[in-house]
Order: sequence, then C-alpha cells, then structure tokens
Amino acid sequence: MTQFAAQLLNGLQLGVTLFLMSSGLTLVLGIMNFVNLAHGSFFMVAAYVAATTYKYTGSFIVSGVAAVASAFALGIAVDVVCVRKLYDRDHLAQVLATFGLTLFFNEAVRIIWGASGIFAAVPPALSGRIEIFPGFAYPVYRLVVLAVGMVTGIVLYVVIVRTRAGMIVRAGGSDRMMTAAMGVDIRTLSAGVFGAGAALAGLAGFLAAPMVAVQSGMGDPILILTLVVIVIGGIGSVRGAVLASLVVGIVDTLGRVYIPKTIGSAFTPAVSDALSPALTSMLIYLIMTIILIFKPRGLLPAATG
Amino acid sequence: MSRNIAAVLVLIAFATVPLIAKVFDQPYYLTLFGRILIYGICALGVNLLLGSAGLVSFGHAMFLGIGAYAVGVTEYYGIESGFVQWPLGIAAAALAGLIVGAISVRLTGLYFIMITLAFGQLFYFVASGLAPFGGDDGMTIDTRSNFGHYLNLNNETLLYYFIFAILLLCLLFLHRLSHSRLGMIIAGIRSNESRMQALGFPTYRYKLIAFVLSAVICAISGLLLANLTDFVTAQYMTWQRSGEILVMAILGGMTSLFGPLIGTTALLLFEEVFSAYTEHWAIILGPVLVLIVLYLPQGLWGLLPDAKRPSR
Repeated sequence: MTQFAAQLLNGLQLGVTLFLMSSGLTLVLGIMNFVNLAHGSFFMVAAYVAATTYKYTGSFIVSGVAAVASAFALGIAVDVVCVRKLYDRDHLAQVLATFGLTLFFNEAVRIIWGASGIFAAVPPALSGRIEIFPGFAYPVYRLVVLAVGMVTGIVLYVVIVRTRAGMIVRAGGSDRMMTAAMGVDIRTLSAGVFGAGAALAGLAGFLAAPMVAVQSGMGDPILILTLVVIVIGGIGSVRGAVLASLVVGIVDTLGRVYIPKTIGSAFTPAVSDALSPALTSMLIYLIMTIILIFKPRGLLPAATG
Repeated sequence: MSRNIAAVLVLIAFATVPLIAKVFDQPYYLTLFGRILIYGICALGVNLLLGSAGLVSFGHAMFLGIGAYAVGVTEYYGIESGFVQWPLGIAAAALAGLIVGAISVRLTGLYFIMITLAFGQLFYFVASGLAPFGGDDGMTIDTRSNFGHYLNLNNETLLYYFIFAILLLCLLFLHRLSHSRLGMIIAGIRSNESRMQALGFPTYRYKLIAFVLSAVICAISGLLLANLTDFVTAQYMTWQRSGEILVMAILGGMTSLFGPLIGTTALLLFEEVFSAYTEHWAIILGPVLVLIVLYLPQGLWGLLPDAKRPSR
C-alpha cells in the first residue's frame, strides 16, 4: 500500500514534468504547425544553469529564476535566429533544422560544462523525508516539485482556458487562419507562446535537475516522451496534454514497478529478466499505438478541446 | 556540371575506392566507404517513402535492425548460408513492414511520424531485451553470409563491390520505379491524395506497397551492415539512428533519386574528417544543418542544375 502510494506520487510527478514540457510544445505545434525538436534543449540548458547557479549562490530561488530566465531567453533567441524563418516550410525542414539545433546545444554544454555531467544539489531545507501518514515517508523535495509543478499547471490551465489571452491562444490552436482573419497577429502570438513554452521547459528542467543526471543529451529522452504525450492528447490541445501527461507519467512509473513483479511471479527468473525490461519500456508506446489506432487525432483533439 | 554527369563521376569515384585503398595502403577506406554505401542504400529506402510518397518515417532503423539480426541470429544457430539468411531477412522485413505499414499509413503528418517512432521503439526494446543475442551490448558475428566459393565475402574488396553492386541495383530499381505506373501513382498520392482517390485509386494500398518496398530496401542495407561490421546490436535500431537516416536523405535532396546517396556521403565524411580534428564536431554539424535547411531547400544535390531544366 505504501509502495503503491509512493509510486503513484512518483508517477504524478513525472506527469507534472511532462505537462510543463508538452503544454508549450503542443501549442506551438497547434498554432504554427511547427515541430520543435530543440524543446528538450531548453530543459537541458535550464538544468545546467540551475545546478551551476545554485552551486555559486546557494540560493534555490535565485537558481530557479536564472534557469527559467535562461530558457526563456534561449527560446526567444532561437525563435528570432532560426524558427521564424521556418514557419512557412514543411515539417521535414523543421525537424531537420531543430535536430541541428539539438546537436549544437548538446555539444555546447559538453564544451562548457564538460562531458561527464554535473551534480545538482538538493537544497538542505528540502532534503530528507516527511511522513505523510504513519509508516509512509516521502522525500520532501519530490513533494515540492509536485506542488510547484501542479500550481504552475493549474495557473497555466486557468490562463489558457479562462482568460482572453488564453482564448486567443486556443483559437490559434484550433483554426489559425480564422484567428488571423479576426485580427490577431499570429506571428507575435506564436513568438510569445514559443518563449513561454521554452520558459516552462526551463522550469521543468530546473525542478528535475536534482533528481536526474545533469548531462549532455538529457533533454532527448524527455523530448520523445513529450512528443508521445502530445500525440496521445491531440496536437494543439492543452486539455489533451493534461490528460495524456498524467496517463503517461503514471502508467510509465507504475509499469516499471509492477510489470517486473507480475512477470517475476508468473515465469522463471531467466525469462522474466529478459522480458520485463523490454515490456516496461514498451508500455507507453504500446498504449500510444493502440490509442492512435482507435483515435487517430488523439484523445481530446484541439477542435473540440 | 549537370546532375547526370556528377552522378556518373560520384559512382566512378566509389568504384575506384578499393584501388585507392590499395595504393595508399589504407584498408580502412574500404570499411569507411562500405559503410557509406550501406547507409546510402538505407537512405534510398527511406527516401522511397519520404521523397516519393511524402511520408516521414521516424522508425526505419527497425528494418535496418531486422536485416542485421537476420544475419546475426541465424549465424548464432549455425546457419551461415546467405541463400537462407537473405531471403529470411527480406521476408521478415516485408512482413514487419506489412503489419507496421497497415496500421501507420492510415495516419498522416505528425501522427504518422509518431506512430512509426512508436513502432521503432517497440522493435528496439524487443531487440535490447534479447539477452542471448547481446541486446544493447551487441553480438559478434564470426562468419559472414556464405554465398559459396565464388562470392567469398571474407575478401574485403569483394565485399565492397558486392555492396556497390547492390547499391547500383537499388538505384536502377528506384529509377525504373519512378517511371512506372506504380511510381507515378505513388508520386500522385504525394501531390494530392484526395484527387487520386477521386480518380479511383485505392491510395491506402499503394502507400502500403511503398512502405513495404522501403522496408525491404532498408533490411537489405541491414544484411550488408551485419556482414561489414561482423557485429549486430540493438543500437542499430534506436530512434536516433532513424533520425540520422532521415537527415542523410534530406541533406542530399530528397526530391532526386541520387540525393540520398550524396547526403549520406556528405554526412559520414563530415563526421569522419572533423572527428579527426576535434571531438566536438557536432557543434559545427548542427549549425551547418540549420544553414542547409534555411538556404538550400533542395539539399546539396540541388546545388547542381537539373539536366532537364538547364539553368540560364
């Protein structure tokens, strides 16, 4: 029971991280029809900046602000230098160019911070565990991450679903041409969403830094998961991103614990050792494939969500 | 210099590689250019979907892997005959291509990219979980495909020309295909699928045919790769590999028959040359890719004038 609760919290926390990553990306995709493979780089750069700033200032808040600001600045810079010129091109050109950007950023951090990766410390005030109910202790830092991520997610959701600015953004996601015809400057809107998306990816990177290995290329696996989330949720759909982030986060985390157990009890150790790592890694891709077979536009397509 | 002349010159250059390797006493050139030709075949296969049918597959490394494993697994069980391994690998890839394609080609755009990525990942995780065959660490192949006395692939020069001959066959096949009825229909689907449907073509079926054909070509490159490297690993099937193959095809120019081979050569030689000077070659490659996308939309091959449309 306590293990299940802990894993559920871990899953929620992965889901929150994925939501921070996918909300910005799905909107850029929906509004500008732009595929950005460099989104994982914002996550990575922010994690590096956070770890370094924390090391020199000792302030968790300052490191967070620095990380988010650096990701935002990087997002705007990338938009101005490269992305803006690619809006009218096809997906393929966008994939290739942003893949090139990813190569550049992965190598750049390797040159600046070294090849072996760096250590991001958990602030002393947030280290240790807290007993949630008798017999169940959970790391404080992870709870903080969950809380910050959830609050950000809720604020973001309210802004997008309840405010005028959010309405314009959603309109852009549903029907770009019509929104432009209504007098919205779709380029400025998109640059804003791109920058905000980068900042959110930065927040995710900052929060994740002490829990994962801060190293070159760390943004790539999370980018792939983010793309899975976006496709499951429906491209351009923020509600879809919420739902899919939580599904992917929880299913992936629980699968990693319970699939080896189930298989271990059903087969001999030799068979289960061979089977379970493959099955656990496959799980979310299987789910995505099944969802796409039955719902080719994702769970909550943008036009209705 | 028109594209046709350039294409002939490039092929002649590839044909003389064994000679140059011999003269300069650099047997390594055979491996390097053999690898380039093999990935060139793979890029041609991917480009059959990409350039002809307009479908971006982010999972084609799985077919490369299926081909490579067809050699590795049969060899593991003591079957060394190429006449068994090759039909087996091609049949396995065709079957996998049929199943994956049947589900994938119903989707379009980013959804197609993602479902091929998902299938690629499924196959990758299966391969990396196959502990007897090495998984991610890989497995050495002791004996290359045995095609009898006259085609002994243990002779590096012969292996190189074998690869080269298969590349030429692929080029010939794709050239014929693009002028055939089937090729025209596939090209028609890329330009306007609804119109092709209105004309009465079952477009789904034709897209599926293109998918299976490209899977088979990629599997052939995998069969060759396993023979060249004497090694098979799940790492052949990662999504990064699928991405690299796409980059090769696009870099050279996916709208032409010859472009993917040029892109593959450029990318692999770039890696080879710059990695000799600096371990940070990727920091140059990244911006170069961006610049090519921004300023050379037709790819490297597009720099040369098309023979049919002479430049003024």
